[in-house]
Formats: sequence, structure tokens, C-alpha cells
Amino acid sequence: MSSLSSTIQAVFNEPGCGKNANKSEAERKKGCTKQLQPGGAAGGCAFDGAKIALQPLTDVAHLVHGPIACEGNSWDNRGAKSSGSNIWRTGFTTDINETDVVFGGEKRLYKAIKEIIEKYDPPAVFVYQTCVPAMIGDDIDAVCKAAREKFGKPVIPINSPGFVGPKNLGNKLAGEAILEHVIGTEEPDYTTPYDLNIIGEYNLSGELWQVKPLLDELGIRILSCISGDGKYREVAYSHRARASMMVCSKAMINVARKMEERYGIPYFEGSFYGISDSSDSLREIARLLVERGAPDELIGRTEAVIAREEARAWAAIEPYKPRFKGKKVLLITGGVKSWSVLAALQEAGLELVGTSVKKSTKEDKERIKELMGQDAHMIDDMTPREMYKMLKDARADIMLSGGRSQFIALKASMPWLDINQERHHAYMGYVGMVKLVEEIDKALFNPIWEQVRKPAPWDNPENSWQAKAIAQLDAEAAALAANPELAEKARRAKKICNCKSVDLGTIEDAVRAHALTTVEGVREQTNASGGCGACSVRIEEILASLPVVAEAADVPVLAAAE
Amino acid sequence: MAKITIGKKACAVNPLKMSQPIGGALAFMGLRGAMPLLHGSQGCTSFGLVLFVRHFKEAIPLQTTAMSEVATVLGGLENVEQAILNIYNRAKPELIGICSTGVTETKGDDVEGYIRLIREKYPVLAEFPLVYVSTPDFKDAFQDGWEKTVARMVEVLVDTPSNLARRDATRVNVLPGCHLTPGDIDELRTIIEDFGLEPSFLPDLGGSLDGHIPDEFTPTTIGGIGVEEVATMGYASWTIAIGEQMRRAAEAMKKKAGIPYKLWDRLCGLAPNDDFMMFLSSISGNPVPLKYRRQRGQLVDAMLDGHFHIGGRKLAIGAEPDLLFDISSMLHEMGAKVAVTVTTTESPVLERVPTDEVLIGDLEDLETLAKEKGCDLLITHSHGRQAAERLKIPFYRMGLPMFDRLGAGHLVSVGYRGTRDLIFDLSNLIIADAEEHHEPTPDTWRTPSGLSIEAAATASTH
Repeated sequence: MSSLSSTIQAVFNEPGCGKNANKSEAERKKGCTKQLQPGGAAGGCAFDGAKIALQPLTDVAHLVHGPIACEGNSWDNRGAKSSGSNIWRTGFTTDINETDVVFGGEKRLYKAIKEIIEKYDPPAVFVYQTCVPAMIGDDIDAVCKAAREKFGKPVIPINSPGFVGPKNLGNKLAGEAILEHVIGTEEPDYTTPYDLNIIGEYNLSGELWQVKPLLDELGIRILSCISGDGKYREVAYSHRARASMMVCSKAMINVARKMEERYGIPYFEGSFYGISDSSDSLREIARLLVERGAPDELIGRTEAVIAREEARAWAAIEPYKPRFKGKKVLLITGGVKSWSVLAALQEAGLELVGTSVKKSTKEDKERIKELMGQDAHMIDDMTPREMYKMLKDARADIMLSGGRSQFIALKASMPWLDINQERHHAYMGYVGMVKLVEEIDKALFNPIWEQVRKPAPWDNPENSWQAKAIAQLDAEAAALAANPELAEKARRAKKICNCKSVDLGTIEDAVRAHALTTVEGVREQTNASGGCGACSVRIEEILASLPVVAEAADVPVLAAAE
Repeated sequence: MAKITIGKKACAVNPLKMSQPIGGALAFMGLRGAMPLLHGSQGCTSFGLVLFVRHFKEAIPLQTTAMSEVATVLGGLENVEQAILNIYNRAKPELIGICSTGVTETKGDDVEGYIRLIREKYPVLAEFPLVYVSTPDFKDAFQDGWEKTVARMVEVLVDTPSNLARRDATRVNVLPGCHLTPGDIDELRTIIEDFGLEPSFLPDLGGSLDGHIPDEFTPTTIGGIGVEEVATMGYASWTIAIGEQMRRAAEAMKKKAGIPYKLWDRLCGLAPNDDFMMFLSSISGNPVPLKYRRQRGQLVDAMLDGHFHIGGRKLAIGAEPDLLFDISSMLHEMGAKVAVTVTTTESPVLERVPTDEVLIGDLEDLETLAKEKGCDLLITHSHGRQAAERLKIPFYRMGLPMFDRLGAGHLVSVGYRGTRDLIFDLSNLIIADAEEHHEPTPDTWRTPSGLSIEAAATASTH
């Protein structure tokens, strides 16, 4: 049994992750995730991440071992859909009390497993570790092992207590748990040369079903989807698939890579968001399957389906073009799953603002993704008035973003559409893209905006918070313009790296002081880009904009790296 | 501008409309100690009575002149006389309100003449409040009966002020349409009083049919505006009319007492309430109370939250003109498409309903058109339930009768708060419908591969 800390280290060393490969040994040890800042942290914990990753397995009883907060405050809150069992939506928790904390909660956990098996008889029970039992030393691996032996059913420990890190670490730890305990433990009834795994897809709003009919038509069988609309047994025999598709997010890259390593199942990273990405993914699936022995003709059939579906989708989007003419979309998100969504929106006639988007090379796409990722972080740190000014300056007609900034958009009375995970609509595949365009149209042309933008009749428009915010920001800008010293100070105070809280001035000083020419150098000196790494592009720009300093010794050290 | 079409069918199927006399009777029920009396056969009254009992779940005072076949042919003087005397002696009412019906109008009974004769014959009735309205069943609809009755009450019961110097700046008359519930009346009363004004509602269903338990049994209405208060309405400084149907009564008030009026054709939605608040503020000289400033913010927020669900919905609505205009305008402003509208009678507001066509028709028309146009939200009174079931679309009950749900009298749609709650109710209905009937399945997006592009596009947008 591997210890939790060694599992976490192994996850940090994930060689399949491109970002990881670029890091120094020391950086890699620090982990791949943004360090949590007390007082400035938001988002879920590792337990949350593990649960999110595995909960869509529909016939599994997901038992949370911990105090009531972990499950009681969060159960049945995911939009994944099931075509069969609904036991995954039943909230199971040991709800430990003070006595358990003093004497240990293992017995209660064992009894809880027993009750679940007696009452619900699921094919498997997943037991999620949380902070408190981890602190008091409950050995869930041992309890699960005992229960497994006693009841003759898989009882799987998921070791991902909240305090070990953020959500995306939890995703990976969940992956480790199924790699260790589930995958490869059963055999499918039969296999075909068309067996495919889809990894990291959660079937939110049922969107997997927007794509599955096409796979069905091509005769491609989803042997296992980890974990959307998945069943325990399917995961257990997923090692017999011919190929895997890893859905864009890096949440479960460890699962895809280790399955390649252990079982020789090749994988590719793909996405079904947007028209071109959907086509690319279908092509890639066909290519990998043919490589692994499926008949060649699959490729031709796949191309035919792609051609038909693309034609249908573009035809469905066509009528929106005249309506979207001149409409501007402000994109604020780090979570746009795919570049091709943006490309399709442009194709539908919308103008994207807030980032420069052209038909671009792969590197360009990466670059813009990075830039937008950084903006998404900035949004979190913005005050509402700054956000409002940004919306106003962008002169956008609609904002697309993740759930967290929606309220600013709504309070600023701007049409808004949710394109992250909390959304209500399914946007995957070709039909999903058409749906997204349709939803944008609905939001854009809703007459509500005209009404809610009107101030209350008893209010003086000059006294609205919007007007005040603009006035304040303008006043500050004027003050800066009048005082070069202040302006320089403000310029230097611009936050470049949000994870490590490093400002422009600090970076510039370090570059001058140490004659730095690389992002790595800046990172060593200032810690900037040591977090999520998204700001490395900005640091490159800073490096490019500064004159090359020949002799480090000639320049006095202005500011020490924090 | 909506085109108004009058249905050409010979046979109305699943009627939306109810008759004029019971609209009139309901208006009389907004007066304290009143006994409405339908001049017609027993059935005219009993159907109306049952309808109101099922809707309000209250004891309903409603009497009949019980016209027999012979009496109908010979004329109803005797029956009217008997009915008035019996009611006067037994129920001890403060007012008797008489509405004619189809049967007595066909005969051509001169009820005004009868009343004159009866007053002469019985000195005790000489000054007793007797109000008669001509409301033949075979003409117009429920809303018209209400409209005519309220106007008639103004003409008969309001005194022309003898001394204009006694006009009270804080007093306002409120003439609510029949589309407002007792709950709406109470909400309006609170709002108006919060501006330091003193409203008199004519009629005041909020006082009579709000479901309160009276101290002692009375066969007449258990509350509402008193006849003596109605008489002094001429001393108010303003008349507020709600619903286009109340223009006639407001004009009558203006003619009788010289009081200016302002009419709101709707009070559901943000803009009309902004206007209403500013009017109350200007006539009272008081600023808009903090409470309503907060409520406005809450409504704006509810609109933002609700537009995700209501936006894009295709609405089929069947209601009387003023309710139809009120609710469909609000939902149009929330981004719903007002696809099908059916109403009961003609009205100047109809051409302003935000839709292409308003049909004066029945619930069969509503159902057929809703199906044709693929509507996915149905609003009408309880009789729409069968259509909703067949159409398999979410159904919200509004209007009268609402016999299969409780609390019909307390649904509030006026004011910022009423609009806010209506938006929440409708949004929740739509959410629940999605959960119950539109959960995605593996086959939701499956289309036959040979399908045409157009068909696939339609299917994809389901």
C-alpha cells in the first residue's frame, strides 16, 4: 500500500503533463498546483476534486467518511446524468461525532459500509477519506480491505482528504485510486476492435449523449467512460479498450498515461467542444483504432460522418449570422474547454473582444489560451467597479464566462451566458455548438436588458454606483496622469503573477539587477510564474520589452525578491 | 400591433369565457353587507354560486329572483319585488345589487321601472341602496359585467360633493379591475397607505373575499367597502383606475364628482410600477419609502435570475383582456415569445398585446394553436388543465376560476413584490418541468443519419 504522500509526489511527477516536463526538479516537488493563500483562496479542496471525478459512476455508493460538512453540505449538487442507476445521487456519509473523533471512526465506517451493502446492494462502495478522520488516523484502507473480505464486494478507498491540496489534485488522486483498486480487476464479456475509453468526461447535462450517437453510428463502442454515466464494472474492465480519448482537461491525465504504460492503450487529448475539435477528435479516435487493428474502412466512414455533421451544424448556425453582425462577445474564462468553440463563435459572425483572436497556428492558440487563463485569474481579483469599467470599455454585447463572474455581469446589466461546468445546457459535439449559438442569441436579444438598465425613477442617474465607479476610476486616472511619480508607482504595482503575488516592478528590478533573460531566471529570483505558470507569457513580454543589461554588477539592486 | 380576430366557430369548445352577470355579481361582493341578486332563473345563480365557491372556497352571498316559465312570459315585476322584500327582511343587507340575465333580457324586463314602482309601494325601501345593472348573458363577458357594474355603482352611490372645499388631499379612490385578486387589493392598499394616502377601493374584494373568519354569521358579504364610504368618494383628490376596463367607472367618477383619474393598464412588471410609485410620490408629496426602493432592487434581481428560464419560452395564454395584456406584457419583457393569445371579449388593450394576433375564442382554440406553434408554457384558468395534460407542457393557473388549487384569492401579481413572486413561480414551474419531463437520455440527441439538414437542426434544438 502506497502512502498518501508518496502518491501525491507521484502525481506531481506526472510525465504526461507538458507543463510539468518544463519544470525544474525543485519546482516539480513543490507541486503542480497553485499554492493556497490563506484569506485569498477560493475553490474546492482535494476531497471535492476526488468526489467530482468519481461521483458520476452511477451504480456506485459513494460513502463519505467524515463529519457532516463534507457530504451534508454538498450532496447531489452535480449536473451529471445517468442512463441507469441513480444510487450515485444518494448521499452517504458516516457523519462522525465527537466520540468518533476521540476513539476513532473506523468502526462506524465499517458499520456504514455494512448498512449500505445490506440496504442498497450496490456493485461497489467507494469510501472517501476527509480531513478529520485523516487527522485522527482512521485507516480507511484497512477498513475497506476488511469490508471487502467480509462482504465479498469491492470497497474502494479514495484517499484524498481536503487539506492535501486543491480540487485538481483531488481529481488525480481519485484517478490513482481507481488505477490501484479498480481498473483491470474484471474482464468484459467480449471485446471488439472498436472499443474505446473516454477519460475525464463527466456527462454534465447529459452532453456525452450529444456525441455518443455518432460513435454508435460508426460502430465505435464506449467500453468505459471514466466517469460520466459510467458503471463500476465498465471501469473495472476498461483495460481491454483499444484506445483512449482523454478529454481536454488535465484532470485525469495520470489515468490515461498509466493505462498506456500498463496495458498499452494509446491515448490522445481531445475535446468535443466546438465543431473543428469534434471533427478532430472523431478522426483521432478512428486513426488510433485503425492503428490498433480495426479495419481501414473506419476512417472513410468517419470522414463521411464528419462531413455530414459539419454541414448540418454550419447550416443550423448560418441563420444567426445576420443577427450576430456587429455583436461583440467578451470572453472571460480560463475554462473555455476548447479553442474551436471560439472559432465557431467567430464563424457565426460574433466579434470576440478582450483578446486578439485570429485564425492562428497551434502556438498562437496556446498563447491565447494562456493569456485568457491569466485574465480569468485577474477577474477573481478585480473589484466590482473595475469589472464594470472593463465591461463598459469593452463595449461588449454579451459576456461568456464561468459562474463566478456572472453576478458582476448581471449586476452590470449585461447579457451573460454560462459556459463552465455549472451551466444548465449541454454544449458538446456538433448539436451542442448549435445549441450554444442559439442560447447566445436568446440572451442577446432578450428585452429584459433595456428595462433593468434603467435606473430607479427616484434615483439621480449621476448617483448610481455605475456612474460613481466610472467617475472614481476616471479621477484616479487623472491623478496618475498629473503625477508621473504616482503613475510609475501604479505601473510597477501591476500584478503579473497572481499565484505568487509578484508585481511588475519586482520583476523589472530583478531583470535589471541580475541581467535575466529567461522566464526560469525570473522565477528563481522572484518566484513569479512558480504557481500555475500561466503568466510566463507575460514575463516573456516583459523580458522582450526591457533593454538587455550587460553587466549585472553595474546596476544597484533596487528591490529584493520577496 | 396585434391583429384581433373573432373566432368563427359555431360551437365553442371548452369555453374560456364566463358570463357577464356573474362578473357584475362579483363586483357587488366587494361591498360590505351586500347581497347580489341575479334576475333570472335559479340556475343562473346556482352556477355562478358554485363557480365562486370553488374558486374562493368561501361562503358566497348570491340570490335569485327564481323566474319561472310563467313569470318569464308575464314579466318579472312580482319576482323582483318578492326577492327584494325577502332579502331585505331576512338578510338585512346594506345594499342589494341586481344584475339581469339572458332570460329576463330576452323578455325585456324594465327592472329600473320595477324598482321605481317597488320604492313607491314600500316607503321603507324609498332610500334603500338598490343598484341595477343590465348584463345580458348573451352579450359580452365576465369582465364587461364587472366594468358596467362598477360604473353603475359610481353613478348611483357616489354623492356629488356639495362643498368642494372639503376635498381631502390624502384621499384617493381606487377602481380595481376584476383581474385583481383580494391579495392584489391588499398589496395595493399597503403600498398606497405607505405613502400616507387613504385609499377607498371600489369594489373592495380584499375586505370581503380574503378568507377571513367573521365574528358572526351573516348571509351577506362579510366585508368590503361600506355604502356610506362609497357615497363620500366624491371628496377624494384622485382616482386610480387599474385595468382598461375601469376607464368607464373612472370617467363616471370624473363626471359625477369632478375628480381627475389616472389609469394603469397593467401593474405587473417593472416599468408600470416605477410609474405607479412616482405618481403616488407626487400626489402625496412623500418620497418613495425605503421598503419599495429595496423591493425594486429585488424585482430587478428576480428578472435577471428568471430570464434564463423564461427567456425564449413560447407562451400560450388564455385570459380576459386586462389580465391577458398584463401578464403577457410582463412575460414578453422577460424574453418570452407570446405566441398564442386567446381572450373572451373586445377591448382597446388587445391591439397592444405583444403578439401577432389575439383571438377571441375558446380553450380549444388555445390548445390547437399552442400545439400548432409548439408552445411550451400555458397560462389560463383551471379549465386549461386538460389541454396542458394533452400538450404535455407546463401549466400555470391564472384568472378565474381556479378550482383545483388553493389560495386563488391570494395570488399577487401587482407591485414590485407581486411581480417578483410571479417570476419566481413561473421560473420554478419551468425548472420543475425540465426535471420531470426533459431529463436528457442517451437518445435525446440521436437523429437518424439520413435526416435532412433542416430536420437535424430542428431536432438538435429540441
